[in-house]
Amino acid sequence: MTAPAEFAGTRRTLSTRSVTSLVSRNGAFGVLVVVMVIGFLTVPSFGTADNLRNTALAASFLAIISAGMTFVIISGGIDLSVGSLYALAVILSADMSSHGSWAAIGVPIAACAFAGLVQGLIIARLRLPPFIVTLAGLTGIRGLVFYITKEGNSHPSVPGKPFFETVSRGSFLTIQNPVWIALAVFAVGWYVLNRTAFGQAVQAVGGNDTSAALMGLPVRRVKVIVYAISGVAVGISGVLSTGLSGGGQEARVGNAYELSAIAAVVIGGTLLSGGVGSIVGTLFGITLLYVIQNLIVQGFNLNSYVQQVVSGVFLLVVVILQAVFSRRSETE
Amino acid sequence: MANGVSATPTLSVRQATKQFGGSLALCDVDLDLWPGEAHALVGENGAGKSTLIKLITGVHQPDGGEVLHHGEVVHFPTPRDAQLHGIQTIYQEVHLAPQLSIARNVFLGREPTRFGSLDLKRMNREAAALLGRYGIVADVRRPLGGLSLGVQQMIAVVRAVSTDASVVIMDEPTSSLEPREVDKLLEVVGLLKQQGVAVVYVSHKLEEVFRACDKITVLRDGRLVWTGAVTDTTRRQLISRMLGRDPGELGNGKITHLGRAPVERGEVPVLAAQHLTRRFVLDDISLLLHPGEVVGLAGLLGSGRSETAKAIFGALALDSGTVEFCGKRFPRSTPASRLHSGVAMLPEDRKVEGIIPELSIRDNIGLAALPMLSRRGFVSRRKQAEIVDTFITRLHIKATGPEQKVAELSGGNQQKVLLARMLCLSPKVLLLDEPTRGIDVGAKAEVQALIADLAAKGLGVVLISSELEEIVEGSDTVLVLRDGTALGTLFGDEIDESAIMTMIAGAAEHDTAELIA
Ligand SMILES: Nc1ncnc2c1ncn2[C@@H]1O[C@H](COP(=O)(O)OP(=O)(O)OP(=O)(O)O)[C@@H](O)[C@H]1O
Ligand SMILES: [Mg+2]
Repeated sequence: MTAPAEFAGTRRTLSTRSVTSLVSRNGAFGVLVVVMVIGFLTVPSFGTADNLRNTALAASFLAIISAGMTFVIISGGIDLSVGSLYALAVILSADMSSHGSWAAIGVPIAACAFAGLVQGLIIARLRLPPFIVTLAGLTGIRGLVFYITKEGNSHPSVPGKPFFETVSRGSFLTIQNPVWIALAVFAVGWYVLNRTAFGQAVQAVGGNDTSAALMGLPVRRVKVIVYAISGVAVGISGVLSTGLSGGGQEARVGNAYELSAIAAVVIGGTLLSGGVGSIVGTLFGITLLYVIQNLIVQGFNLNSYVQQVVSGVFLLVVVILQAVFSRRSETE
Repeated sequence: MANGVSATPTLSVRQATKQFGGSLALCDVDLDLWPGEAHALVGENGAGKSTLIKLITGVHQPDGGEVLHHGEVVHFPTPRDAQLHGIQTIYQEVHLAPQLSIARNVFLGREPTRFGSLDLKRMNREAAALLGRYGIVADVRRPLGGLSLGVQQMIAVVRAVSTDASVVIMDEPTSSLEPREVDKLLEVVGLLKQQGVAVVYVSHKLEEVFRACDKITVLRDGRLVWTGAVTDTTRRQLISRMLGRDPGELGNGKITHLGRAPVERGEVPVLAAQHLTRRFVLDDISLLLHPGEVVGLAGLLGSGRSETAKAIFGALALDSGTVEFCGKRFPRSTPASRLHSGVAMLPEDRKVEGIIPELSIRDNIGLAALPMLSRRGFVSRRKQAEIVDTFITRLHIKATGPEQKVAELSGGNQQKVLLARMLCLSPKVLLLDEPTRGIDVGAKAEVQALIADLAAKGLGVVLISSELEEIVEGSDTVLVLRDGTALGTLFGDEIDESAIMTMIAGAAEHDTAELIA
């Protein structure tokens, strides 16, 4: 164990190692492939280009939120406020659109970043549990949204703002912009997490914050920044959503998004205890969630409650499969 | 000593005082660190050595006194601030990020970048070069967590000394190192001194202190009892200052040889491990353990000692091989089934496995003893308290009382609690991986006597220690390992340090000869 390099022959080439580790570490990837293949074979309407495109579009909003959530969870925290923050971004964006495209984009993102920052400061400075602090955020911000929308009765809509709307409604190579933007967010996220000093610090802090502090890492700063990152991600997602829908969304939009985002992160192989995780895994995780949902809608003619039950059971099966996958790769 | 040039110490501590709750951990302690000098900090477990270090490095804030850096009063709110002032510390427990690669650990917090992005190539190249310089063989792209504690410790050292620090503090850096690594480490200390670095060196091994250090400060119960040059004192004097007793009352300060009767090897061994094999880790290791026998595992770091113990305990999956207990196979190959049958193991790394820091000393020791104490599900608190008290006094566990949280104990005292807990299980077989790690001179002899006592009552012990002396003095049989293979077994009178070293060296020569041929 101690000096693996002493044993010639244990070294596989780097490329085979990274391929095998991609598959084994990202159990979600393996399961996604299996589920997709089953989908293609059994549900004809699933495999059509239109359906795939729409599924990707639908997934992109929560995907962006999950990317931010990955940072928080790897750092050892949790962010329950994302659903409410998303609603805030959606509403603010619609409200602000009367002041121009840039206001509609900039103000909500800045507001969400600020909200994340404040929560992060409270968590890091006062050493309060993130679960409680962001739960307060979840409640408080939802209340704020209802207040702004006059108890949910006002649904501001977007007066035609060409630039703002193209960002969300345009497409490139037949795929809608939000999907591209989500992919870009993941690419940037991957880069920051794996190729910057900050990313290393996030992983070290999540592994053990005492050790990280003793190694001289700026633990508090890291903790504050991850919540701000999560806020920015939520802001981007909300803005895109308003641009696409043209406003008029309900005040309870984004309800329970935090749970889906956390699920995506965990299914993607990130440990809830922090330290170990993969943002690529999160991408597979969120895709898996939406593919499953889509298959159920396309394949079975069920009422929506039964759909929920099936979707829950399916999710459980997936997680069990994934645990089996990754345990096998551990003992290898 | 190279302090002729500078007139102010690199770092001074003036009248440092620290209280935890009601108890005084440190009281009015002064310390001067000069450039190019290694300053040893010695004292019993719980004397306040680590506390003093943590006051310097900003982990704790002093309740009184001050720290001066180059003559100016400084205040470090966090360890980061101390590091920014060029004070690097290797703490008593390894504090690294096990999930990250070795190279990333070496550079964590000061990564080389190109256009804002980590220069992974350079990190890997430089980390490999650094490790090579200290004789560590490992693939730097692998996660740190897979390495043994000793190697992790060396990597922490490499990490600390590869910066241009003006002060390097080492809190028991050698507690999990082999003699060979200890030599390397002391070389590093010498090198740092040449570069004009002020070094603080904490160790319970006085030979190291005399070999590497220039000055010594002795702490006892949080107070400074003596400070001076190594040349002005002897080992005996030091120990008597540490313990606060007259030199006349002490033995020679060495571990007393435990003159034990030779064991009788009966028909049925209590434990028989046959042909333990795991690719690249263990190769056909066999071991017999009889009741009352202490089998020592000797070998260098990475020789497969800990792995052998783990394999016996069911904590390491094997490709082939069997472990029999009293002539029968274990029903399942898990640690739980071993424990159930009466095989207990003291793991190498107490931070990862072992103690529950947030529970009290009583609960940590007592929980293990529950099965033995409970009658029809009822536990006699009184009996439990009795047992716990016995261990606290016998092992000199320094604490405010049995209700103190284990997290609040000094490193050596935590080790004692863990040990007490193993002994409480009253197992038939005990696997001990570095039982006296970090334990002070006085308590060490006590631990060894305790193990000998239990063996005399029929317990079978597998003993691993990085100190050859401990193996030689405590074992009836020694199995010598190298690179995961067994080189041979020594019995009774054949056991001595030179015989073991010859065996290991012989195998090394054989290897080289093979390479050349
Ligand atoms: N966080 C804490 N809370 C309460 N008491 C503490 C805490 N840290 C240390 N102590 C107490 O302070 C005293 C000194 O501990 P310290 O860790 O400095 O000892 P040490 O000299 O390093 O011993 P060792 O050789 O065992 O490492 C001990 O009695 C210990 O119980
Ligand atoms: Mg200590």
